[in-house]
Amino acid sequence: MKSIANEDLIGSKSMPHGNDVCQGPSSHSLNKKVTALVVEDNVVNQMIHKRLLSNLGIETQVVENGKEAVDLHHSGAVFDLILMDMEMPIMNGPEATRVLRAMGVRSKIVGVTAYSGDYEKRVFMDAGLDDYYEKPLTMAKLVSLLQELVDNN
Amino acid sequence: MESNHLQRQIAYTRKSLFDQGFLDEQFIQLEDLEDDANPNFVEEVVTLFYRDSTRLILNIEQALEKSPLDFTKLDNYMHQFKGSSSSIGARKVKIECTQFREYCKAGNAEGCTRTFQQVKKEHAALRKKLEAYFQLVRQAGPAETASHSK
Repeated sequence: MKSIANEDLIGSKSMPHGNDVCQGPSSHSLNKKVTALVVEDNVVNQMIHKRLLSNLGIETQVVENGKEAVDLHHSGAVFDLILMDMEMPIMNGPEATRVLRAMGVRSKIVGVTAYSGDYEKRVFMDAGLDDYYEKPLTMAKLVSLLQELVDNN
Repeated sequence: MESNHLQRQIAYTRKSLFDQGFLDEQFIQLEDLEDDANPNFVEEVVTLFYRDSTRLILNIEQALEKSPLDFTKLDNYMHQFKGSSSSIGARKVKIECTQFREYCKAGNAEGCTRTFQQVKKEHAALRKKLEAYFQLVRQAGPAETASHSK
């Protein structure tokens, strides 16, 4: 995977200590690991998304609603990729996305949604997503969006 | 040989879970996430699913005893339940969840109650089958898990 050299993607440098750091492949000169935040209230999906990401050598943190994601960013965390569930208690995906964008967060934010109508998808995209995928996330979808992440930087 | 027999049993049990429609492709996605560092990932996820979904079943049961029914609340619980079921590839469970949500949206109390029995039935049936399957897998040991056709 090419290095993420874009200055926006500070990655693990300013990320608070995450849980189980996975020593994935680092085949690039700048040696920056891709970092990801999973924002998801369903524990089964948390486990799956975390494993999907870790298997690709991505340093992953998990929070269970939009507000926790926002708080994390307020405390200075930066991630290359944010996987944002749509429906969550306290603060849902679209709202959290709006708040993060308003804060100036320019990470790639990908909505992960259970099948929902076009209207809900539009609302979610309009909140500031870069893309969305239908749940459940698969390795193929993840590799595809990570490739975009790398290509766009 | 004993080991071959066990491997065949594992492969057959697994195949029949798919052939009989209990599991779908998403289960294979979970299997693909297993590696030497995480050799029991599928069983771990399934265990987590059953712990979490049992809690949701309890919530739904309690909600179904209220009068009148709070269909929004019921639908929210089922949204979670369906999401988890979908994520582990629990095909028949997911189908019943979808039906339940249809009845919720239609405000059909009788339909909800009836379908929920089906949800529980499929949930329990799959649990038994998966427990039996994982028992075989564990018997075979970590290095000997049957490779599956993709």
